[in-house]
Amino acid sequence: MLRRFRLEEPQSVGEVSELLGRFGDSAKLYAGGTELLLAMKEGLVHYERLVNVKGVQGLNEVKQDNGTIRIGALCTHHQLENAPALKQNLPAFVKLEENVANVRVRQVGTIGGNICFAEPHADPGTLLIALGASLIAAKSDSTREITAESFFVDAYETALQPDEVLTEIVIPVPVKPSGVCYMKFGYLERPSVGVAIALNMNSEKNKIDDVRIAVGCAGPAPKRVPEAETLLRDKPIDEVTRNLAQAGEVAARAAQAISDLHGAQDYKEHIVQVLLKRSFQNALSQC
Amino acid sequence: MSKTMLKRSDVQTLPISFTLNGKLQELDVEPHELLLDVVRDRLGLTGVKRSCDVQVCGACTLLVDGRPVSACTTLAFEVRGRSVLTIEGLADDGKLHPLQEAFIEHGGFQCGFCTPGMILASKALLDENPNPSEEELKHFMHGNICRCTGYKKIIESIMAAAKKMAS
Repeated sequence: MLRRFRLEEPQSVGEVSELLGRFGDSAKLYAGGTELLLAMKEGLVHYERLVNVKGVQGLNEVKQDNGTIRIGALCTHHQLENAPALKQNLPAFVKLEENVANVRVRQVGTIGGNICFAEPHADPGTLLIALGASLIAAKSDSTREITAESFFVDAYETALQPDEVLTEIVIPVPVKPSGVCYMKFGYLERPSVGVAIALNMNSEKNKIDDVRIAVGCAGPAPKRVPEAETLLRDKPIDEVTRNLAQAGEVAARAAQAISDLHGAQDYKEHIVQVLLKRSFQNALSQC
Repeated sequence: MSKTMLKRSDVQTLPISFTLNGKLQELDVEPHELLLDVVRDRLGLTGVKRSCDVQVCGACTLLVDGRPVSACTTLAFEVRGRSVLTIEGLADDGKLHPLQEAFIEHGGFQCGFCTPGMILASKALLDENPNPSEEELKHFMHGNICRCTGYKKIIESIMAAAKKMAS
């Protein structure tokens, strides 16, 4: 049984932002509720007001705009795993969405809610960082763009201001020859370790032109790992292969792994190294 | 929530109207009421179960507009304007659904606690994908947990029902 709260049902982003600003900590944005309602049921949080953002139109579409894909924050995981634009351009993202939680969570849970709740043991943030995605945050009269890599500040903490609403996720479509791969490891309901990699090769396919690496789930927030990228970026394939193990070690340390129910710190760091190697090889094979 | 309780005038109630097992239902709910509690306690349909209460086990699976949701973590007002199917609504005037028949024929349940959720989830699966591979079946049913059967008979039941329903 949940404690009583008032439901607000605004019809526009401006109204949402105004309500959040007016009621501050006593109000919370509510979309799918797959994380929020659990925390409320367990008594970890309570809000006097839930602001139902699902009444706002236009936030649940997937649009392709030349080299960019724009995903509305209210898109459910189920919508995303079936979106033609994503299946065509970002199959790694589709695979991630297909494997979020379970079919019931995917049915009502939204990508925006997932990202904004910023639960450490979540999948999408890690891949969005590797893809170089940006998040659009809106208030009554302004919007701003936040890079995915600066969006996740800490466990359950994002770069959003209290009256800001995430409206869209913007993802640049990778330019071929390219490979994108997200791999996760977990034996509990939520993932324990996640590694994402996005790479570009030169047209001769003997050199890695660019690479982005992110690790998540093991620590409090998903992180980009530029020090690991440097070992692989702008290098011929055989040098990259020689550096892969070291890149794994660097990524493992950058993960800020925490010993918890999901495993000990060194165990998680080891898994990061394994997943980095495997996801790199998978991404390479896509090129 | 007793209807004879005098409600304070500032308590918010939402009138909702939805189809339940094919019949129109009209209720007033408070925003914080969970679908599971409304269906079990106010509407008396106890086939849907509270088990883990954190939407990982699937015992509370209900179909809303044909899609599986966790009733334990769905606010009741969210079904306004929608159709809700519980296990009690699956049989057609006493005639069992092929999935129900298959679970009986193939031994797809022991204690039966997970079974309403299993059957409703598999109905949603077969409505979406009438001829699933075992991999596809396992992926869809991944969020429905059973302590008794070891899943083998559940999978057999669903596959058998799929075959029957396709013909």
